[in-house]
Amino acid sequence: MSGAEREYADYRGRRVFVLAVLALALGVLGWRLLDLQVLDRDFYRHQGDARMLRTVTMPAHRGMITDRNGEPLAVSTPVATVWGNPRELAAARASWPELARTLDLSPESLERTLAAYADREFFYIKRQVPPDVAERVESLGVPGVYLLKEYRRYYPAGEVASHVLGFTDVDDGGQEGIELAYDQWLRGVPGSKRVLKDGRRQTVQDVELINAPRPGRDLALSLDLRLQYLAYRELKAAIQDNGARSGSIVILDAQTGEVLAMVNQPSFNPNNRAGLTGGRYRNRAVTDPFEPGSTMKPFAVAAALESGRYTPETPVETSPGWMRVGRDTVRDVHNYGLLDVAGVIRKSSNVGVSKIALSLPPDRLWGLYSRMGFGMVSSSGFPGETSGLLGDFSRWRPIEQATFAFGYGLSVTSLQLAHAYAVFAADGVRNPVTFLRRDEPIEGERVIDHRIVAQILPMLESVVQEGGTATRAAVPGYRVGGKTGTVRKAIAGGYSEDHYIAVFSGLAPISQPRLAAVVMINEPGGKAYYGGQVAAPVFSRVMAGALRLLNIAPDAPPGPGDAVRMASTDKVKP
Amino acid sequence: MIESQSVRHLGSASSSMHRRTLSERLHLDLPLLGGLILLAGISLVVLYSAGGQDSGLLVRQGLRLGLALGVMFALAQVPPHQYRHWTPWLYGLGLLLLVLVEVAGDVGKGAQRWLDLGLFRFQPSEIMKIALPLMVARLLSNHTLPPDWRSLLQAGVAIALPVGLIARQPDLGTALLVASSGAFVVLLAGLRWRLVGGFALLAAALAPVLWMFMHDYQRQRVLTLLDPERDPLGTGYHIIQSKIAVGSGGLYGKGWLNGTQSHLDFLPERSTDFIFAVYGEEFGMLGALLLLAVFLYVVYRGLWIALQAQDSFGRLVGGSLILTFFVYLFVNMGMVIGLLPVVGVPLPLISYGGTSLVTLMAGFGILMSIHTHRKLLAS
Repeated sequence: MSGAEREYADYRGRRVFVLAVLALALGVLGWRLLDLQVLDRDFYRHQGDARMLRTVTMPAHRGMITDRNGEPLAVSTPVATVWGNPRELAAARASWPELARTLDLSPESLERTLAAYADREFFYIKRQVPPDVAERVESLGVPGVYLLKEYRRYYPAGEVASHVLGFTDVDDGGQEGIELAYDQWLRGVPGSKRVLKDGRRQTVQDVELINAPRPGRDLALSLDLRLQYLAYRELKAAIQDNGARSGSIVILDAQTGEVLAMVNQPSFNPNNRAGLTGGRYRNRAVTDPFEPGSTMKPFAVAAALESGRYTPETPVETSPGWMRVGRDTVRDVHNYGLLDVAGVIRKSSNVGVSKIALSLPPDRLWGLYSRMGFGMVSSSGFPGETSGLLGDFSRWRPIEQATFAFGYGLSVTSLQLAHAYAVFAADGVRNPVTFLRRDEPIEGERVIDHRIVAQILPMLESVVQEGGTATRAAVPGYRVGGKTGTVRKAIAGGYSEDHYIAVFSGLAPISQPRLAAVVMINEPGGKAYYGGQVAAPVFSRVMAGALRLLNIAPDAPPGPGDAVRMASTDKVKP
Repeated sequence: MIESQSVRHLGSASSSMHRRTLSERLHLDLPLLGGLILLAGISLVVLYSAGGQDSGLLVRQGLRLGLALGVMFALAQVPPHQYRHWTPWLYGLGLLLLVLVEVAGDVGKGAQRWLDLGLFRFQPSEIMKIALPLMVARLLSNHTLPPDWRSLLQAGVAIALPVGLIARQPDLGTALLVASSGAFVVLLAGLRWRLVGGFALLAAALAPVLWMFMHDYQRQRVLTLLDPERDPLGTGYHIIQSKIAVGSGGLYGKGWLNGTQSHLDFLPERSTDFIFAVYGEEFGMLGALLLLAVFLYVVYRGLWIALQAQDSFGRLVGGSLILTFFVYLFVNMGMVIGLLPVVGVPLPLISYGGTSLVTLMAGFGILMSIHTHRKLLAS
């Protein structure tokens, strides 16, 4: 029986062995559970939360830009951006063509993009699609395709105000113009919220709002869309009629410094910028300086009057129509003979204004020019604004002292020129220029004595009257004044014989000036290139419309000739 | 110890000789049945949560449970000597079906495991989970125990044939489980310790060889176990997500239906192989220990039944079946909590699915049969 006993002992040992193994296994399980669920619990909780609690940003609405009357100029509309997870999309190859068709993409390009992002988890399929397209994409239910709510900027005025407004990039940030200058004001602060996402990255439930999105603030511009449209239309027609390369019109409210209209050609449609080159984006009226030519003469004359050595009646001898200054020669178009100071302006005599300028100390000229704002950027804050070129009087050579007086050798922008004429219009007060609507009256800085202005205004008015260089700038029913400029363009080694800039800078109505405007036509291609031929008629039409739109009372009783002219204009323009 | 228990048992059995209880007449072991019903109840509760509160899913699993209990009840009526008699036929049928799978099986999820019988498809390896321990037990119990070399060799061949076929499908996890069910019989039959040690050493020595024969995906699973972070979006995903689910449950759990990881689709296979992760997240460590306790109770009762068996066939079959049951639950839980590689083993009686449920209940039917058909020594 010893064998049997041994056997029993052996089986007993076997049972103990089995039970021991079972106990060991259970112990291991229990220890592991303790490890996971008690000791490392916080780590796994955190890991779990990290997988399902996500912070998502909530887009903020960008502020609206309006004109001075509340007409919308830039509006943010909700759009959807379609993005995809290439890994998930790869499984739904059959749905690709349908998806491409819905989004108006070619199936090949979608396939190429997918191949390029094959090992990523995110790529944009198409950005900023309209809400109805987004809805159709959603209803397709293609796995791996997701929608993102965004805003897209829309510009109702299109080309008409595009240069002033600028535009935003696809991420709703200002890139140019007012959109850039006032980006901080317009831009909303995106909010964020914590959401619960499931394993397929779909938001299941909002958990908490961390920051509510703060919408951007609205901005009312000084522009008057009616004037803006008028200026746009007239400039575009003038550019086409004259075969010109480019041009600008600026209209300022001289009493407030507000920019009422600012247009340039060529322009662009901010709602569809595809394939446009940088040149079209430029707001030339503030970024492109040019030599102002004869539009500069009233400032030289103003300096002369200010010196006390000249009155409007002081005679100036301009014969024989040219004069030598050092090694250079200053010429007039004709020999005007003996003129008075007012006649120098009316006839636009280079010789006359040169003689006046050379008789004055340079610092007096320079002082007046810079008080008018030449050679420095305005207070508009517009991105990319240039100061133009004035130089310092201490380095002026005599010939420069002469040519500056008739607008060569220095450069200005259309805005600067309009602003300087606005000083005449505001009785010698310089109101800081702005693109924003001014609701409070502004205290400008007096830069010229009003008696000087009172002497200058009749000279400017005489330019558009019989015997002046810009009779075509006249506006029926209103007394207007201004100065033409016909500028040979500077080219390498001198001045061009056949490339011109035609400018007219003026103000109205003379009896109580309110508006200052500049019309600048770059390189008119036809036979006509004089400022009085090309720019003055545009000024006339724009100013006539602006005065009427702004309900400014006519200050000239219509003569018999005016009535005929008004009738004929009415026939041409219904 | 066996003697004293037998005596005590005989005493209690004889006292109830005159009026047999209903459970005895139905050949049911009530303590074991109670444990199984408890587990089935837990299963339905967890499945309701894991399945997204889908009552249809609950009804389907309930029907399967009914079917499995029916199979258990039927098998409990069959006396053990009948099993012993039909064992070679069952084993032969199992082998035949495995060969058929090899020749003409369906491929499902990359492995050839299924046999399409027209009406339904099933895995012949399931038959082997029952047939192999029966066969080995029959072979060994024909002779005196502990087994001699001849019996051992026979048993070895009987184990190697089906295990080899299953491993070729390839289904390494099931093959190892089936092999272990056979090995348990040999171990319980009284293999010499020296040989046990020898086999253990041999297994250790063969591990690198096994590695060489493993498929890439199987190697991946082992590597993933060692370092789940090496491919967190691919093979490591299951392990990481299930560890997070269990770990975030903490001591008390997040509460029934409140498991976030499982309900938000982060946890794969949450109704089937990874249901313990759902359970662990919602009921915490205390719940997990409670579930372990219920399992332990069932295992304990099963082992007790095996020890009470009157012949070595019954003792070996019962012991092997209940130890295999324990291995299933250990492997599944070990996988879910990141102790063992990912193998497709459901948590017995808890996971959603019918096949393994029926097989397990069949095994418990045989256990009950062994227990309730004992002849009294006195007669």
